[in-house]
This record gives sequence, structure tokens and C-alpha cells, in this order.
Amino acid sequence: MPNQDHNNLAIRVQIQAEDFDLESEINHLKQFGDIGGVASFTGLCRDEGGQLSALELEHYPGMAEAQILEICHEAFKKFDLIGITAIHRFGKIAPGENIVLVVAASTHRQAAFDGANFVMDFLKTDAPFWKKEHLKDGSSGEWVDAKDKDDAAKDKWR
Amino acid sequence: MIKLVYFAWVRERIGKSQEEMNLPENVVTIADLIAYLRTLDDGYEAAFQEPQVIRAALDKTHSLHDAIIGDAKEIAFFPPMTGG
Repeated sequence: MPNQDHNNLAIRVQIQAEDFDLESEINHLKQFGDIGGVASFTGLCRDEGGQLSALELEHYPGMAEAQILEICHEAFKKFDLIGITAIHRFGKIAPGENIVLVVAASTHRQAAFDGANFVMDFLKTDAPFWKKEHLKDGSSGEWVDAKDKDDAAKDKWR
Repeated sequence: MIKLVYFAWVRERIGKSQEEMNLPENVVTIADLIAYLRTLDDGYEAAFQEPQVIRAALDKTHSLHDAIIGDAKEIAFFPPMTGG
């Protein structure tokens, strides 16, 4: 899958099993312009009161990349961004480990905050990923339910 | 032949992650396909017993249940997404 957008915009989308590094992702964005502010969001795996041994992240290969790329394009249209990077991991992820990273770079802070916020809100409800809980007692837990508040978060941008 | 792919608990209930199928002529929309699959066996019935919660994609694009399948090559069925 192409990770770099065809129109040569500074959009980088990665779906990967490996962890990511925030500082190197910020450095990557610096090549695209005179950046005055970078906002990032990192989503981590909770242990849900000590019960969880891991989350298993399943995704739809191909569609996951395409969907997040489309969300990033929308963010570029809406906000004055210089670059945006979104990385989502799959596979088994233990409590405390990283799941998702969104980094938005702009000349000024507001577009960076808004861009990262916007991409996260749409990624939660539109990108084809699913979480299954694995419990500490060795049993396979439930599939995580989608939350209404995630749809509400997305609706605020309309 | 069309490729069907399933994810998360839809995949678990059906018991496979993908399959190829010749669709009957009266299957025109995604809703028609769900109704048809439910007649195949208990696994499909369990997966689609609440069709209103099932999300679908035609050739990796989100699609509503009234969408016409047309010449799509791949149809995906999955629960609401919980990434991020």
C-alpha cells in the first residue's frame, strides 16, 4: 500500500504492528514547511481496573489505510495544515502500550489542535478497526462495543 | 463470483474470514444479500440477527444497506468500528 499520498501532500498514514516514535514523526513533518506548532494525540491501551492482559486490534487491510487517508484529506481541506501523520497499530497490544498516533503540524497552534482532534474523531467511528479484550485470567473477553459519544464527537464538526 | 469478507464478531459467528459466492439473481442490494445469507445456516443467522447494527463496505468503501451491489468485486460486513 502507498503510504505517501499521490498528490504529494504531507500526509503519512501507516497501519503497522510495530510501535511508533513521536519525536521521529515530528521530525518527519518538519521537512514540509515553516512549522510553528505541532499537536499530537497518542492513544494507549488501558488495563480496565487491572482485568485486561491485552487488547487485540483487528483491521480491514486496504480499507483502513484508504479511510484514514480520506480523513486526513478532509482535515487538510478544513484547516490550515502543513502536514499530518496518522499511525494505527494492529495485533495484540498490552496495557500501557501505544495504539494510535495522530500528529498535525501547522504555522499556528489552532489548526494543529483542530486537525489532530478532527482526525481522531473520524478515525474512531469510520476507520475499520475492532478491539477484542483478552483478560488476565487467560480467557478471551468481549469485543469492545462502539460508543454513542464517539458518534456525537464526530457530529460536532458538521 | 463475488468475494465476501467478514470482521470481528461477524467473522467469528459465521466461522470464516472470507469466501467467494455466486449471488442469486434476486439479490440486488446489500440488504437483499444479508437476507439471503441469513437463510444459509445458523452462523449467518447469528451474525446478522440484528441487521441494523451491521456495517457494510462495497469495494472497501462504506455503503448503506440500500446500496446496489452492481459489479462490486468485494463486499465486507462488520460491527461498528472501535479503533483509535
